[in-house]
Amino acid sequence: MAKIFRTHILVSIDPETLLSGAKGIYEKFKKEVEASKLSNEVMVAETGNLGISNKGVVVVVYPEGVIYVNVKADDVTKIMNEHIIKGRIVKDLVFSGEKVSGSSVKMELPKQNRVVLKGSGEVDPESLEEYIGIGGYEGLGKVLFEMKPQDVIDAVKKSGLRGRGGAGFPTGLKWSFTAPLQGEKYVICNADEGEPGTFKDRLIMEGVPFRLIEGMTIAGYAIGASKGFIYIRGEYALSIEKVNKAIETARKNNLLGKNILESTFSFDIEVRKGAGAYVCGEETSLIESMEGKRGNPRNKPPFPGVKGFRMNPSVVNNVETLANVPAIAVNGADWYKKLGTEKCPGTKVFTLMGDILYPGLIEVEMGTTLKDVVYKFGGGIKEGKKFKAALIGGAAGAFISEKGLDVKMDFDSLGEWAAVLGSGAVLVMSEDRDPVETLNSILEFFKHESCGKCSPCRIGTKRLELISKDIMKGRATEGDWETMKELSYTMKLTSFCPLGQSPYIPISSFSKYLEDDMKKNLNK
Amino acid sequence: MIKELTLYIDGIEVKVPEGVTILEAAKKVSVEIPTLCYYKDLTPTGNCGICVVEVEGVGTLKRACCTPATDKMKIHTNTKQVLDARKTVMELILSNHPNDCLQCYRNQNCELQTMAEKLGVTELPFKRFDRDMPLDDKGFIIRDSNKCILCGRCIQACQNIQTVYAIDFINRGYDTKMSTFMDMPLNDSTCTNCGQCVAVCPVGALYEKSSIDEVWAAINDPTKHVVVQEAPAVRVAIGEEFGMAEGTVSSGRMHTALRRMGFDRVFDTNFTADLTIMEEGTEVIGKVIKALTTGEIGKHLPVITSCSPGWIKFMETFFADLREHISTAKSPQQMFGPLAKTYYAEKEKIDPKNIVSVSIMPCTAKKYEAARPEMNASGYQDVDHVLTTREFAKMIRQSGIDFKNLPEEEADELMGFYTGAATIFGATGGVMEAALRTVWFVLSGKEMDNYDIKLVRGMDGVKEGVVEVPLSEANAKALNMKVLPVKVAVAHGLSNARKLLTKVATQLKEKGASEYHFIEIMACPGGCVGGGGQPYACEYAARARRADGLYKEDKEMVKVRASHNNPMVQKIYKDFLGEPNSHKAHKLLHTKYVDRSDLV
Repeated sequence: MAKIFRTHILVSIDPETLLSGAKGIYEKFKKEVEASKLSNEVMVAETGNLGISNKGVVVVVYPEGVIYVNVKADDVTKIMNEHIIKGRIVKDLVFSGEKVSGSSVKMELPKQNRVVLKGSGEVDPESLEEYIGIGGYEGLGKVLFEMKPQDVIDAVKKSGLRGRGGAGFPTGLKWSFTAPLQGEKYVICNADEGEPGTFKDRLIMEGVPFRLIEGMTIAGYAIGASKGFIYIRGEYALSIEKVNKAIETARKNNLLGKNILESTFSFDIEVRKGAGAYVCGEETSLIESMEGKRGNPRNKPPFPGVKGFRMNPSVVNNVETLANVPAIAVNGADWYKKLGTEKCPGTKVFTLMGDILYPGLIEVEMGTTLKDVVYKFGGGIKEGKKFKAALIGGAAGAFISEKGLDVKMDFDSLGEWAAVLGSGAVLVMSEDRDPVETLNSILEFFKHESCGKCSPCRIGTKRLELISKDIMKGRATEGDWETMKELSYTMKLTSFCPLGQSPYIPISSFSKYLEDDMKKNLNK
Repeated sequence: MIKELTLYIDGIEVKVPEGVTILEAAKKVSVEIPTLCYYKDLTPTGNCGICVVEVEGVGTLKRACCTPATDKMKIHTNTKQVLDARKTVMELILSNHPNDCLQCYRNQNCELQTMAEKLGVTELPFKRFDRDMPLDDKGFIIRDSNKCILCGRCIQACQNIQTVYAIDFINRGYDTKMSTFMDMPLNDSTCTNCGQCVAVCPVGALYEKSSIDEVWAAINDPTKHVVVQEAPAVRVAIGEEFGMAEGTVSSGRMHTALRRMGFDRVFDTNFTADLTIMEEGTEVIGKVIKALTTGEIGKHLPVITSCSPGWIKFMETFFADLREHISTAKSPQQMFGPLAKTYYAEKEKIDPKNIVSVSIMPCTAKKYEAARPEMNASGYQDVDHVLTTREFAKMIRQSGIDFKNLPEEEADELMGFYTGAATIFGATGGVMEAALRTVWFVLSGKEMDNYDIKLVRGMDGVKEGVVEVPLSEANAKALNMKVLPVKVAVAHGLSNARKLLTKVATQLKEKGASEYHFIEIMACPGGCVGGGGQPYACEYAARARRADGLYKEDKEMVKVRASHNNPMVQKIYKDFLGEPNSHKAHKLLHTKYVDRSDLV
């Protein structure tokens, strides 16, 4: 029987807070609790990211649910003495969005509808009990004992869940290609997360790693795979650690391995590390990389669902996609379809950054407008500046100006605006920014990340970077800008994989929404 | 059952079986989709982006070379969008290529040049930028990464066909280049110099180190006496450079051309090929008898041929433990070398230091072989200069010789008379067949009724079988059997060699003996006819046609068909060497091998 504590102190541990000294704060809390002889009443635990970025060490105290930010070593004693012992909230440190004149609490965080991130920042990511406490593994139990594999696929199909990696391909349909095939099959989780500005998968893995493992196990059951791989980029040291620990715990508790929960189904998961190449987020390159080869894309068809890892059928799904699966299993497709829009049900995790008041992570329903994302959940533009543009979907994403603030954030609606949802990164630029600089860094990025396999991408990305440099230096003409647009279009037509096809998206959307900003930089 | 698909290419209906690519389907209805990186015998990679076509209902263009046809597919191969896209891709490639065609080794024989013209490139809209990568010219294969278009053919040839793995792509994106482990010179890698990479290179990024200038200098030096030998496979490929069909036998024209170019003596490698059979055949017979009479089968057998220098370096690198099983007989080129500077020098009373020995080979590894430090049995470098078939063609053109219409002449007899057994050395299985003709004669005391040994011919990767050799009375008594079943195997292409050798090594290790008596291995697919020094664009079908030419010369054009019947071979043993495997023969015609396993 787990012990019951009157107070929980949760220290958010993620790469960002670690850099601000979160580990030290965590240790200090533990020491102080012990020194105050409160070990039986107060628990100090690590937790994942809360969706608050750029605010130093973040600490949450339950049951009040008070969020402290920018916690320094000295503040630990203060919080202990004031809050934990005397029950008085330390107002100076409470998260208030942008701090206004020192002390006043300005607003509460807007309500989010969390499916994927449910429990992140509240539970100890390493504790299986706590995950079960928030409804974890209910889905797997139901699937293993009440549903046939085909039922699971049908449910996921009916739920309308679409891949959250960027392309938005229907997940159930993807599974149904692989399920009938014979022989060894795999579930591969794409946790490479290379799209600049995207860090949702990381926070899912660090916040609620069991949800991913549960989702993968269900997927394995549905398609008849006995082996799963999570391909995590090597820089994500903490994700790798948390996921490995969770896999270990799941194995010990018969939630992975032979005859899971004493059913006839066996499934195990292995973590593979990526080396940080953007192109390895493309599923066939990812598979090549997993096989120990150079991360170059393969020709499609055959698709990985038919011939993937070791030429065996492999379903490749993004972290967020798989983390949606347990909730669908528990609550059913009809419940899921009530979330989001008709064609894109469910929620979406967005990573907000740039000139925005509350940068960080939000999970909202599909179809939330860009305006709400920026102003309601993001708190608007820093320092009361005007909104200039947003880059949605990372480097392979689209620019949108204030003309597009009403766009609904889902796969189809953004398409109507010549934009893409992509990975869900939202980079907000205020009126002070020159979006041309952003475009330039995107093109530098593509040149740097091209794998070099096909000539349109290898030489094209270099060529685009050269033209962009000319634009930055003020020596480009309108003709050069035209060449850039035409070349990126030819690259879209002729590049081997999505990497080389992508520069067209930022360039063409730039032309559509921000042509005037470009013109200012030409013919100088 | 394979499904039949119906698709429409530019409105033309075409029916193809499932699994066929768009490119292949288009060929069926005379639609020629341009390709650059595609090569028939390799797996299509889709690297260049030239063969793109429109497929209705698909947002991007698809690569015809590697996209399988599907039922009801509607394809457009020549819309404005397609033509413009191809041209732009080509312009991109050219913007990153030196475009110094006039000085290039591949001028007028370059697939990039041809394709640029075909796609209608008349100006270069993108400003050119250089990659400035250093030239790797330490070895006999030169690597110019600046010219490389990264088609990846060479890498496939090296890794999949030859399993040598000397080269791969290194770096990423714009900095990608074809290189070796740690970007070392090719010469310091596991490279066997087989030249299959050169044979498939579409541009001037890989080519052999040329000896043309040195050979012209020797010919024009009045103090030098220049002798030349030509490998069997050269005579059935050289014609291709002058508009003749693959497999046209040009032995006579080749000899005439060499005389007109100014060589002092025109001999033929085929003569020493016959000699190789005498030396190697004697070795095989000796070892078989020793093995059977002592019972130490695994110690003496199998005997593996040693004619192919690419194979030899491969063996020294990857199968060094099998060195004892490789015939000590030198290759025909390296038998010719020392004999020209000893036997011929003595006969003609020429100071060997003034003899310049030139060979014309279908091979890039022969350049390496001639330069091996142990190849100086005559007291000088045995073979001074090695030219590839391609270099030979360049020299013929430089000389203003109308090759196609030349009269036919014989080689100079002393070291130029040859048999049909020698000429088939150029095809896979040829050395085996030639050796068996002589082994049969020695063991049975009779000539074969039919010299054609079909089981070792053809393009199958590994061929094997048993040849039942009747034994003469004396041999029957010594071996206590009437018929000796000789188990032979033939492999060509180093991936096939690796397969066969792995089997042999395992058998030797596990059972103490392998099932084979005699094995022939050639580094290049098809044997020497498919050598890395042959005219370009030699797809496997073309290699087979060249081999047909050799078998034709053997069967229809020569007077003698077995090496032991070559009168000039008999003469050299009588006048100079004594008998096969004599002391003198060992000194001049046999060699030993080096352990290079530290390269791996």
